[in-house]
Amino acid sequence: MGKFVLRRLGVMLLTAIALTFVVFYLTNLPPNLEKLARTEGSVRMTEEAVQDWIEQNGHSGSVIGRYGQWLGVVPGWTYTDEKGDTRGRCFAIGEDAANAPRYCGLLQGDWGYSTFFKKPVVDSLGEKLAATGWLMLAVMLVMVPTSLFLGVLSGMREGSATDRTLSTFSIASTATPEYVSGVVLVALFATAATGISPLLAEYGLIEPKKTLFLASATSAMDDITFWNFALPVMTIALYGIGYIARMTRASMTEVMTQQYIRTARLKGVPFRTVVMKHALRNALIAPFTVIMLQFPWLLNGVVIVESLFNYKGFGWTLVQAASNNDIPLLLACSCVAVVVVLLTQLISDIGYVFLNPRIRLA
Amino acid sequence: MDFLTWTGTAGTTLLPVLQLAVVALALALLAKLIFVLAGLDTPRLPGPDGATTGRSPGDMAGIAARYSFYAALAAILCILAAGAVMPSPVEAGILGAMAVRFWPVWLALIATFVLSIRFRRKLGLYGKLFDSTVGMIGFAIVMFWIFTAIFAGMIATYDPFSQIAGLKNDAPGVAVPDGVGYGWYLLGGDHLGRDVFSRMVMGAREVLKIAPAATLFAFMVGITLGLPAGYFGGKLDTVISFLANLVLAFPVILLFYLLVTPEIRDTGIPIVLAALLFIFPIIFLCTLWNSRYYTNPPRRNLYVGITLLIGLWAYSGLAFNMDPLGIWSMEPNMLNVFVSVVFVNSPGVFRIVRGLVMDIKARDYVAAGQTRGEGPWYIMLWEILPNARGPLIVDFCLRIGYTTILLGTLGFFGLGVSPDSPDWGSTIDDGRKLLNLYPHPALAPALALMSLVLGLNLLADGLREESLKD
Repeated sequence: MGKFVLRRLGVMLLTAIALTFVVFYLTNLPPNLEKLARTEGSVRMTEEAVQDWIEQNGHSGSVIGRYGQWLGVVPGWTYTDEKGDTRGRCFAIGEDAANAPRYCGLLQGDWGYSTFFKKPVVDSLGEKLAATGWLMLAVMLVMVPTSLFLGVLSGMREGSATDRTLSTFSIASTATPEYVSGVVLVALFATAATGISPLLAEYGLIEPKKTLFLASATSAMDDITFWNFALPVMTIALYGIGYIARMTRASMTEVMTQQYIRTARLKGVPFRTVVMKHALRNALIAPFTVIMLQFPWLLNGVVIVESLFNYKGFGWTLVQAASNNDIPLLLACSCVAVVVVLLTQLISDIGYVFLNPRIRLA
Repeated sequence: MDFLTWTGTAGTTLLPVLQLAVVALALALLAKLIFVLAGLDTPRLPGPDGATTGRSPGDMAGIAARYSFYAALAAILCILAAGAVMPSPVEAGILGAMAVRFWPVWLALIATFVLSIRFRRKLGLYGKLFDSTVGMIGFAIVMFWIFTAIFAGMIATYDPFSQIAGLKNDAPGVAVPDGVGYGWYLLGGDHLGRDVFSRMVMGAREVLKIAPAATLFAFMVGITLGLPAGYFGGKLDTVISFLANLVLAFPVILLFYLLVTPEIRDTGIPIVLAALLFIFPIIFLCTLWNSRYYTNPPRRNLYVGITLLIGLWAYSGLAFNMDPLGIWSMEPNMLNVFVSVVFVNSPGVFRIVRGLVMDIKARDYVAAGQTRGEGPWYIMLWEILPNARGPLIVDFCLRIGYTTILLGTLGFFGLGVSPDSPDWGSTIDDGRKLLNLYPHPALAPALALMSLVLGLNLLADGLREESLKD
């Protein structure tokens, strides 16, 4: 077991390094750096000025060397101009270069300075991650119980009308990407022009010109309410519900054909008791893995939903970082994403072994 | 000219029926759920004395749900059919008028279904699809959009790019001033005053041009790499699996933001990727022919020669845009999108193929082939691959849907496609800025995309069901 985890951790580290290098390489391609120079410097810079800017700000030299600087295994760059002023990676302009540390990268805990937020990456990303954390938590609280409930309900009598209805619903929900369900939900619940809000206003259940839910989640950054948070959470959850429900259904139908279920039924145990006591626990092992592996998908959903509902969390930050070519921020974002993906894979593997005693890891 | 209503004259009688049916359906479903949870849903079984028990409350609710569903469906179909016989769109309503505009699609659909059901016993897995209701519904939806894409020019009422300034964000059914062209914007106008209906129809063409082709390429790459990885195992498997997991660990959107930008196009990375990915179909086909016919050199040379001739010709045009005859070519931004989608999809295919091969290679017929002295590639391509076709066909359908979603995502973030392209993703992106006030420009493509992906998923489900019966 220990050896398995260690090996997996080793592969994880290798994957993380390879992935961050790919991101680093792609963001540091010459055209991207030129774009960065023009946004940071001025739009009307000449070709030569752009090249000078790139050189003076430590973006020249080999990609591997610069990646090493970001990691903190290669000394940070310094540049001394004609006037004798020195600037470098590890100290601000005006500070003494002699006192600054030689290495400043990931290993030293320095994530760099975000050119988009104009503050250190750690500070800006921290609060955004907290915001997304709340969103994820709410999604999980809605998605997991709903999908397990639906999956068990449709899996306990395979082929029944309930099963077919719920399966169709599951397929429909997996066929609806977030940007579609978000648009449909907003049109249904959050516009004063269409959907059910005008109807409710007519009946006097809500104030006129108000909507049942809010189509923007910006206010949820400070204060989460049902009114402003329901739609983003629903939008992300809906896509996952169908998938987890289908996996739960598959697992449940398999359990229901087992010998011990038949034995229990023939002993005269009521159907409900068979489902609750005998089948349920065995049927929930497989969905556990699926739920864990759903996290990377949630990450995708988060990016779309946060852009759609203007909720300034991790996904929104990723979009801003990518469209503004904010290299340190984008690298930090991809680190977070990669760690989330790899960690959930590891947890799902280990958790599966704990839950299912029939599997042993070499 | 008048504003069109949704349901026209037929709606005045049928709309209350529809409302009643929908309310009844909702109530019946709720009742069914409560009865199931309360345990009042036992199946009808003969009792000890042989007499069947009466229907349980759960059964009753189920029957009520079924009939109210049929009633609602019938009402909708009547509204659509009534539209077809009404003399003008004013009486037909928006739904009826749209049903009329889609006439080539209906004809083609009827022809397809009549012919397929007539000859279904001779058509293998495709014919068996018509034994499953779910599969048929899925197939009908998918074919609906395919025919829409083919006949888009006849269905669209206006040019998808032409703007009429007076109709910005106008509601569905608005009359076009001076009665230019068709006379109405059936699904309203978007933020630039373009016809939402025509853009949706033309969007089907944009989406269906890329998604299936990209999925096919991803399958070629995934199969060509997955077969040896699963069959030989060892170092080769470790290396390719690591690379595949690497791509899979990337959040898709981050990858798109890195790979689909105008700056990337300047560096030539898409061309390198295209050169890498587009060579796989040629390798695949050449090995396919060579492994089968290497004992019969003239035939082998003929097949491999034809493959190489056409393959390399297309390859030079698609990847490098250097086709001497100028038939094969791809716009740079289209190539960028295409390559990225193939790149994202292939590792998933690779994993599935690898898993299937590892499962199948333990079978007796593989051992028999090995004993006969067949080469490894013959066994992989002509023994294992045909026996893995069931799951692969199912995955192909699901993956086209997934690719459609990915393309929509690209459009939604405004990546890669030209800004006024009518594809569904970018139309949703255009519409979402004014979603609170005017939801209709975003809603039409959103529902279109959803129905296409739903159709593909249902089709895959039906195929899975039927292929398991073998």
